[in-house]
Amino acid sequence: MNLPWKSYCLRIETRADNPGWMGVVSSILGVILALVVGGFVLRAAGANNPIATYREIFKEGFGTLRDWQAGIYALLTNTDCPKGLLCFGPISDTLVKASPILLTGLACILAFRMKLWNIGADGQMFMGAWAATGVAIFLLPKNTDRTVMLTTMMLAGLIAGFIYGAIPGLLKAWLNINEIIITLMLNYVAYKWLEYFVVVGPWSIGNFESTGRFTPSATWPRLTEYSKSIPVLAGLTAHPGIFLGVIAAIVLAWIIYRSRWGYEIRVIGDNPKAARYAGINLARNIFLVMGISGALAGLAGMNEVAALRELTGHFQRGYGFTGVIVAWLARLNPLAAIFVAILFGGLLVGTQLIQPQGIASMLQGVILFVVVGTELLFRYRVKLEKITPSIVAPVSESSNVN
Amino acid sequence: MSTNALIALAATIIFGALVSGTPLLFATLGEILSERAGVMNLGIEGMMLVGAMGGFAVWFHTGNTFLGLLVGMIFGGLLALLHAFITVTLRADQVVSGLAVTFLGTGLSSILGAPYVGKAVPQPIPVILPLLDRIELQQLVMVLIGLVLAPAMWYYLNRTRPGLNLRSVGEYPSAADSLGINVYRTRYMYVIFGGLMSGLGGAAMSLVSDPGWVDGKTSGLGWIAVGLVIFASWDPLRGLWVSYFFGLLRRLPLDLQNPALPLISTANNPQLGRIMDMLPYLATIFILILGSREAMRKRIGAPAALGTPYNRGERGL
Repeated sequence: MNLPWKSYCLRIETRADNPGWMGVVSSILGVILALVVGGFVLRAAGANNPIATYREIFKEGFGTLRDWQAGIYALLTNTDCPKGLLCFGPISDTLVKASPILLTGLACILAFRMKLWNIGADGQMFMGAWAATGVAIFLLPKNTDRTVMLTTMMLAGLIAGFIYGAIPGLLKAWLNINEIIITLMLNYVAYKWLEYFVVVGPWSIGNFESTGRFTPSATWPRLTEYSKSIPVLAGLTAHPGIFLGVIAAIVLAWIIYRSRWGYEIRVIGDNPKAARYAGINLARNIFLVMGISGALAGLAGMNEVAALRELTGHFQRGYGFTGVIVAWLARLNPLAAIFVAILFGGLLVGTQLIQPQGIASMLQGVILFVVVGTELLFRYRVKLEKITPSIVAPVSESSNVN
Repeated sequence: MSTNALIALAATIIFGALVSGTPLLFATLGEILSERAGVMNLGIEGMMLVGAMGGFAVWFHTGNTFLGLLVGMIFGGLLALLHAFITVTLRADQVVSGLAVTFLGTGLSSILGAPYVGKAVPQPIPVILPLLDRIELQQLVMVLIGLVLAPAMWYYLNRTRPGLNLRSVGEYPSAADSLGINVYRTRYMYVIFGGLMSGLGGAAMSLVSDPGWVDGKTSGLGWIAVGLVIFASWDPLRGLWVSYFFGLLRRLPLDLQNPALPLISTANNPQLGRIMDMLPYLATIFILILGSREAMRKRIGAPAALGTPYNRGERGL
């Protein structure tokens, strides 16, 4: 019997080249497919019209065209935003959310470049927030100059994050202990650590599970502070934290693509054995990369407390995990991470008010799946081929999948 | 305190440790088999969560605990099937795919479980045993299942033909392939088995050991299970006692609230309670450090092919 389709087979062969456009395609594909799959889940969970839900999420996260038009008009004429419109509200909220995500995303990118799975950006961020709070409340007097205060808080966040990231780095370098588990466990330790101080412990004020409001010099200046001269800025919470992330992204891109150290990191990530033969110090690099990765996450924590203006028992968990997805969706490119982080910031803002909760987490999961799954497209070329006897005969030479 | 009361208290604490350790044991056993076949699944947390949510939802609508456990298992298994497809068929990175499983499971359980948060829980059926004055029948059965399962799995892994095949697929897949073992099918089977066990662990948690559903029910237990697999050096019997030890640590903050314990009771000291909450996580780190020294000394290692996808056409491991 010779059925027509039996004479064809799918061949998967290794790609020699690695076209750059495929990364972009698979990331966009990931987002689209995630939205489709997410739509079915929303349906199953009882939402009548998933598309309307998505439109709502987008509107909450990025604003409508009318908002933007009205906002720009108000900005040019130096008037108030018309009543009933949000103007720059959504994008301002989105940038506020995007700044910690960008920093944790960069933390993950640096570590993942070396195939170090730092899943503990969440915990490192918590420690950074804790240290920055300590500086703001206890270390410096309340009337300290804003620049000095914020810079010291940044340093505290960086140092605390560095230490907290370097612990799993050292364990990995010395004892070859799996960094995934250690960073994850340290996440939970950091959650409890913060709870101990803020909820029941020495830093809480009364029964409010909070350190109380920081002194103004320990907080980011918000756009709304300038609403006296530019009225359309009234109520906007956007702060310079996003620039911190953008600067970090540019520096990181330079390190990874242009510096000698970044080259070492990439070599270790691609082939640790070759790196060792080339005389690259693995242990030192593991320690440094994990530490700096942690420092970036710690900076995210400082950024977040300076934006929230207090440290509470409800300090948001999960930015570190979103960072993992941002890193992957950006294909470990620090500059691409800026856009992905803003996209995810919008997603988080948009899903905040929408029931059921957990949409953001589910969409993130699906996106990660698709991006990882389509890696096949990078590494292999899929071909439909007519079977001729010469291909079928020697098993060792053909590479029929399965 | 009289001696009898002290013994009874100790018995209660130990039984409590077994109860809270058993869901962890289920997940650990599942992951041990999956990793022995060469596939790391970091999605345990997600699979446990959907298992816990699905199990509780089914129990809520039918009142049938066994049906709940079964559905919990299936939910976990379905997520694992996805992981198997991505990592075995598409040969993608196991770490990232596992993380995606956890994200997906966390999100799904949160979305679909929203109507069941804080709902009434299964009624315990009391049993009287010597020393343990009142324990629940469901808990007793669950603990017994765990006690039987771990040795059975050890036997399967080390003394049977399919167990040998399983190990060979994890150690040297191309050799296994040349002997006629279907590497892809074997890996699919045990990844899904791991998912079923994680789902069971989750459902056992939401129905038996700690009844009820809240968002993020497992609070990192799935991740602890991943760590325990390493400390248990991929051995089901070691997995058994390690899980129980962690059950004890998890119970400790609760047990210490018992005012009958003088000196160390946390009843009047909530700050100590927070510190105690860190114990299971710190202990995981600590035992991994201890375990690494032992692993170096005894040269115990992970399955050689753990984490590497198998590609039939390519040379290599």
